[in-house]
Amino acid sequence: MQYLLMCCFNEERWTKLPNSQRDKIMQEYGQFDQSIVKSGHYRASERLQSIAASTTVREKDGKLVITDGPFAETKEQLGGYHLVECRDLDEAISIAARIPTLPFGGVVEVRPLVPASQRLAPAGSTGGH
Amino acid sequence: MKYLCLICAETVMERMTKADAARLFEEYVEFTKGIRKDGHFIAANRLLPASAATTVRVRNGKVSTTDGPFAETKKQLGGYYLVEAKDLNEAIQVASKIPGARLGCVEVRPIAEDPETLRAIGPTAPDGPR
Amino acid sequence: MVDAIYRSESRRVLATLIRLLGDFDIAEEALHDAFAAAVEQWPKDGPPANPRAWLVSTGRFKAIDSMRRRARFDASQGKLAEQLEADASADAEWDDDGVPDDRLRLIFTCCHPALQADAQIALTLRTVCGLTTEEIAHAFLTQPPTLAQRIVRAKNKIRDARIPYEVPTRAALAPRLDAVLHVIYLVFNEGYSASSGASLTRQELSAEAIRLGRLLVELLPEPEAVGLLALMLLHESRRAARTSPEGELVLLEEQNRASWDRERIAEGLALVERALGSNRFGPYAVQAAIAAVHAEATSAAATDWPQIAALYGVLAGIDASPVVQLNRAVAIAMADGIEQGLALLDTVHLPGYHLLPAARADLLRRLGRLDDAAAAYREALGLVTNEAERRFLERRLVEVARPGP
Repeated sequence: MQYLLMCCFNEERWTKLPNSQRDKIMQEYGQFDQSIVKSGHYRASERLQSIAASTTVREKDGKLVITDGPFAETKEQLGGYHLVECRDLDEAISIAARIPTLPFGGVVEVRPLVPASQRLAPAGSTGGH
Repeated sequence: MKYLCLICAETVMERMTKADAARLFEEYVEFTKGIRKDGHFIAANRLLPASAATTVRVRNGKVSTTDGPFAETKKQLGGYYLVEAKDLNEAIQVASKIPGARLGCVEVRPIAEDPETLRAIGPTAPDGPR
Repeated sequence: MVDAIYRSESRRVLATLIRLLGDFDIAEEALHDAFAAAVEQWPKDGPPANPRAWLVSTGRFKAIDSMRRRARFDASQGKLAEQLEADASADAEWDDDGVPDDRLRLIFTCCHPALQADAQIALTLRTVCGLTTEEIAHAFLTQPPTLAQRIVRAKNKIRDARIPYEVPTRAALAPRLDAVLHVIYLVFNEGYSASSGASLTRQELSAEAIRLGRLLVELLPEPEAVGLLALMLLHESRRAARTSPEGELVLLEEQNRASWDRERIAEGLALVERALGSNRFGPYAVQAAIAAVHAEATSAAATDWPQIAALYGVLAGIDASPVVQLNRAVAIAMADGIEQGLALLDTVHLPGYHLLPAARADLLRRLGRLDDAAAAYREALGLVTNEAERRFLERRLVEVARPGP
């Protein structure tokens, strides 16, 4: 089963960390990536630019509306993600727990993907509400 | 340049009527076909709703998990497209055609491809996009 | 001599350098270096035949030079320098046929909707108009460091998200042009009737907006751009009459029309005709047409209100906003009868906007319903932010609360 690990961190807090600390965390990310590639869990990952580079697109009254910024103002912001293949939620959580920003105030949301067998089916058949 | 298009909506697909959802789904199929053809498509995924999320934090040196997403926002993330575009205008063009843009919104965030990032987390997957 | 060239050419040189060097900050540095070189060389060798070409060339080479020097510590700078040097398009710039003026690229980039509205304004005034951050901060009643930060963030967003430096294609033009016109009109309005503070107008801002409007019409003569320029000129023609010597608000109907600027009016009227003649006109052109009707009236009593009411009807058809409905209601009151106008006003929903109760108060006052008028003036006073407008409303309140001989 595939899970999306969303790594979130307060951007202001990140910029206040000393450079050496940030470099170390990024290096640990590299090592984390290598280890889950080795263990066969890794499917994909990306690091995002800051929300300062975000643009939101929506439609209002049939017209396209473009605005500066992320879709929501939250305490922590999405900084990157890992897509992993795991046996179950517990395994996904144990992998998430190793993400290097956690000891510094980071937060990781673990969200299951719509199961592959149901991904090509219209909603309503996903066992939803 | 790579952009992540985060699809967010208040009305999650699972809460729509069967007919509406089926129609929306068909639009997604068409859209995805289109951007594959145009060479923009890199990856896409649909997520289970926020109610299926678990959030992991470290408190006092211990890992703590809570039920739910990392932030309780009115709009929730439902899925994403990772696309290749030559600039923001092109990325916005692609994002605006995502069916979810009509119902909620799409956040277009550039992927970090600066030298420091590439140096730190460099190529990982044997056939990965990096 | 260099000063004069700076005033007339620096913005255009900057716009081209941004295109050639791909970065606002690098281009600004290059501009500075180019003019420094001009100050040194031109008095000795005489000015070049084509100053703009000389400045662009010089700026570009100085930028490539500094990148080379920095390449000793940062290899990526060296690669960048190579790319810039090899860029063949740098020489094709002087043909001027069919190639969009770089200032147009600059305007559209500064007004990109992916930037915050106040950032669009700040960046446009700074790079297109050449105002200093102090001047802009002062005009918008903010602190210079705040404004400087706003500009830095905007430039970073352009670079990090890769907002392209280009004029939108015809297909994408309409909403992008709207964004540009909106910025220009916001700047004009900030100068025409300052939203808060003690005095009513800030002439420098309106002048800058008109300058921007002229540039836009020169580079991209779209009917709505023409319409906006006409609208701004017609509003501006009344500046002298709009305030009394004591700084008090003078309503349109009480203004001394002899002090209206006839030259601006003539220019505005010609532009209105031009815009309306295209059949592709939009809200700005119609608003300008309405202003034109006022401008052509020799006295308040001679105002062609039915014509104005009809034009507001047209405007309401393309712009359904409540402000338009408000203005239409007032025009109908003057053209068809106050009761009719009042009835229409009651259908307008504009919470928090002082001009709605103010308009209602005025119509009630004309009908002799003084108690109701007083209540409406009080409501308006609760919402007004500009001091001169506040004093006007207070005077009216005194008049209706205690009608005298």
